[in-house]
This record gives sequence, structure tokens and C-alpha cells, in this order.
Amino acid sequence: MNAYYELPMEDAGYSFGFLDEYAKKEVRRCILKAISVPGYQTPYASREMPMGRGFGTGGLQLTLSLIGADDTLKVIDQGSDDSVNAVNLRQFVQLTCPGVQVTEKTQEATLIQSRHRIPEKPLTEQQILVLQVPYPDALVVVEPSEARRKVMHGEADYSRLLVKLYEDVVRFAEITLSHRYPTRINGHYVIDPSPIPRWDVPRLHQSPALVLLGAGREKKIYAVPPYTVAEPLVFDDIAFRVEDFRDSNGNRIACRCCGSTESFLDELIDDAGKVTHQCSDSSYCEEHQETISARKQA
Amino acid sequence: MSNKILSVRGLSRIHGEKCPLCISSTGPEYDTNICPHCGSVVAAHDVNFDLYRGEILGIIGESGSGKSSTVKMLYFDETPTAGSATFYDAGEQYDMFTLNAAQQRSMRNKRFGMVYQNPHLGLNFQISAGGNIAERLLMSDLKHYGEIRTRAGDLLARTEVARARMDQNPKTFSGGMQQRVQIAKALATQPPLLFLDEVTTGLDLSVQAAILDLILEIQHELGTAMIVVTHDLGVIRLLAGRTLVMKHGRVIESGLTDQILEDPQHAYTQRLVASAL
Repeated sequence: MNAYYELPMEDAGYSFGFLDEYAKKEVRRCILKAISVPGYQTPYASREMPMGRGFGTGGLQLTLSLIGADDTLKVIDQGSDDSVNAVNLRQFVQLTCPGVQVTEKTQEATLIQSRHRIPEKPLTEQQILVLQVPYPDALVVVEPSEARRKVMHGEADYSRLLVKLYEDVVRFAEITLSHRYPTRINGHYVIDPSPIPRWDVPRLHQSPALVLLGAGREKKIYAVPPYTVAEPLVFDDIAFRVEDFRDSNGNRIACRCCGSTESFLDELIDDAGKVTHQCSDSSYCEEHQETISARKQA
Repeated sequence: MSNKILSVRGLSRIHGEKCPLCISSTGPEYDTNICPHCGSVVAAHDVNFDLYRGEILGIIGESGSGKSSTVKMLYFDETPTAGSATFYDAGEQYDMFTLNAAQQRSMRNKRFGMVYQNPHLGLNFQISAGGNIAERLLMSDLKHYGEIRTRAGDLLARTEVARARMDQNPKTFSGGMQQRVQIAKALATQPPLLFLDEVTTGLDLSVQAAILDLILEIQHELGTAMIVVTHDLGVIRLLAGRTLVMKHGRVIESGLTDQILEDPQHAYTQRLVASAL
């Protein structure tokens, strides 16, 4: 996308936020329904966006319907503010929403659109997190018919997902799902929390920030309202656990840039073939580096 | 009548558009179950019976006589067009066809068991034998992995499937073993009522005998009431205390199995018994 391109505002009559007011109103209504029924996949009329379905159109429509001129937006793609998807979506919002501030700092943002990560820094009641969702239905792995999945959701019948987990434990002695971990919201609906790593799942539980999930291609919006119970599906005697970043000696691996031992790490292989680790959340990593250098100077 | 477990009254199932003449122009007397006026199929009409705790009821009849339809309706696989069924459980009674979908599913998962003729209907061949049993246990809200493993192992051992094969896919099992896994799955929640739909059809004789023995043992041990659907008189003779004979969707004769086999009243039953001997 050409960052210097200007939309022909007068000619085409694009309204603030690209979507017309009726479209935004419809999305907002669906958001309200999604919040009222936590975890329920609310169908909505996903609009055609000037980018391919599957590139975050669901999240983008949520962002564009929520954003106002006084909002500060942060867009992240797998933790990073600088990867292609994040940069393109951010530029699109800047282009279509004049006056909106953008930031890379988690704490400054009022609205965060994210692809597959929840920021490391705890979110506040003043913030809304929008997640882009490729596959909204957690049951799709066990039931191909959508009509039957709807009945299963309605009756909160998730035993077949647990059978999937049982088979995992039998074969590998642990649950091998790395992302899209089925999570039960408010004791009823099980959601696919989008491909966030397991690391982020506990942060949905009693989150002070509103979490909205939008699937553009599948035309669904669902929500984890603030301070709502979000429990990953588990057996009574096998506890849910997040990624284990310990090396063969049992020491917690540190980020190669900021040295943090408390963040979700990406594994990188450098040119020499050596395996290194780095914070997935670039904003968190930079801030941590600044604190450390400030401490050194002092 | 505290021992009663199931009471079925006027159970009917008609496929098609139905006309007022459907009932009066089908049945054994007319030698058809297809209504000549509207083409509807009367799969079963006016089936009545009572079942008591620990009793085995046999339903015998030729293909298309409505015996499987009857059982499928009771297991909520099919919806009846008319009639009622009352299930007596733990001092309560449930009018089965007025329950909502979730209640029916829960009753089906927790209180009933079903063994189909074809293991592909009763088992999930994508997962292990143990996983199939785990599915039933998880459906009845048991979510303790260790306990699920123990229970599944015990059930398989009870139905004479080696524990060592618990984590293998039932695809790799013989027909008789698949049937035993199905029985283990059906018994997982210790249901008071079990439906057996042609369980021994297609198995060789020695395997048939082993499965029938197993069914009798289960009845003696657990006191499970069963409805056995079959077209095999030998199975009926061995298992069932009472029998219904069905033809063209109607029950044409019912009574004690011995009585029916020794002194059949209806011409069709007479022919059936004569041909088998």
C-alpha cells in the first residue's frame, strides 16, 4: 500500500473509518450482543474490505466501528508492531480515520488490534483488545456440520473436544495444542480464542480490558467481556500449563535483546545456525531494554 | 409397579405425507407397509409393551418389519409420529418424547446404551478404543483423566478386549472385538437400559456365542434391562424372556419366548418357527 496515497474524500464520499455509518452501526450492535452473551459467536454482515479475507478483515471492521478521533491505536502482528500485517492495517486506519493517534506503546493505546498475541503488559479497563480470528468455531475440528455445531454450542456439549485432548494425552502424555486452545467463557460457550499461544490464554481470565474477536471471512464476532471467567478445557487431574521456556539445564531462557525471563519468546535461528530466543512482544522488549539501560546509567 | 423401567404406548412412525387411509390399508393383512393411496411408508404402528428391570425383551421380524425403527425411536435416533414412552428411573418417571433436545441427549448418554449391528455406527474409528469409551464417560461429565483410564480399561477387560489394545484404533480389531468394544462403550455409564440391534449378525458362530454369553453375563451381573432386535430365532431363544413378533410395521404376536416358539399363533410366526427348525 502506498502510504502517501490520499483517498478521494470529496468524490467518493468515504466516511470516517472507511465503513459507512450503517455498516458501523450493524457491527456495533453485534458487538453489544456478543458482550451480552459471552463467548457466543454472533453472526454479522462482514463487509468487503479493500484487502483479502483472511488478512484481518474481521478485526479491522471491529476497529473501524469502535475507533473515534480521540482514540490511540496500536496494531500488532504476532507481538510485533513492525511486521507487514500490522503496518498495513495501521496505515489503512491512519488513512481512513483522520485525527486518530497511533502508538507502539501498549499502555498508551486505548484500542489495540492484534493478530495472534495479547500484549505482555497487563491491559486496563480503559483499553479494548481486538483479536483477528481465522477460525471462530472451536468445534470445527470434531464436527464438520455447522448446523450440528450450533446445537452442540447451545447444549454446551463439548465432550468431543475433551476426547481430542484425551487422545493427545494417551499418545503424547500431554496436551499438544500450541495455540487456539479451546477456552470456556463464563461457564458455557467454548471459544476458539484465535491462534494466541497458550501463554496468553490465562490472560483472558478476569481481564480488566474488553476482548473482542472478529472473524471477517467466517462473519462472526464474539467477546470476552471484562472480568469474565475464561477457563481452558482441561481434565480434573491434568492442569493446564503454558509454554515452558527452560533449557536442558532447567534454567529459564532469557530474551537475547532485553534479557527478560518473564515474556513469551520466539525461537530464532541465526546465520550461524545457532538457536536464540527473543521476546515476541516488541513493545515490551524495547521498554525493558530502556529500563535496563536507564538503570545502568543511574 | 416399582420394577417397571419402560412403558411404550401406541408408538408409530410413518415416513411420507400420510393420509387417513394409511393405517387401514397397510399391515400384515394387506401384506404391505406402503400405503397404496399416498405412498407413505408405515415403518411402525401402534407398538405397545412394558419392560421390567433386568428383563430382556426380544423383537423379531423380517427386514423392514419395523423392529429397528422401534428401537431407534426409543434411542432418539428417529422421531415418532405418534405414541408415547415413559422411562422410569430412580423413582422418577420421564415422558421421553416430551423432553427437550438437551434432556433427550443427556438421557441417551447417561441412561441408555446402544449397540449397533455395524460397529461403524456405534464407534468413532478416528480415535482409539479407549477414546471411544472415554467419549461416553466425558459425555456423562466425568472429567478425571486417571479415572477415565481405569474405567475404560476395566470395561474393556470385562468385555474381554485385552487392556494392551486399549490405545489402538478399533480399525485394527476383528469384527467380534469391535462388537465387544461397542458393548463396553454402551456399558460405560452403567445404563439401566440397553438396546441391541442385530449385534451378532455377520459374525462367525463361535464369536456369536461368545458375544451372547457376554450379554447374558452382563444381564446377570448388572441387572441391565435390554431390548434385543434380531431376525435370528436362536438369539431370541437364548436371550429373551419375552418376545414381540413384528411384520409390516405391526406387532402381530407377543408373549413369553417359549410360548411363541413352541406354540406360535399367527400364521407368519408359525412359518418363521417352522423354517428355522
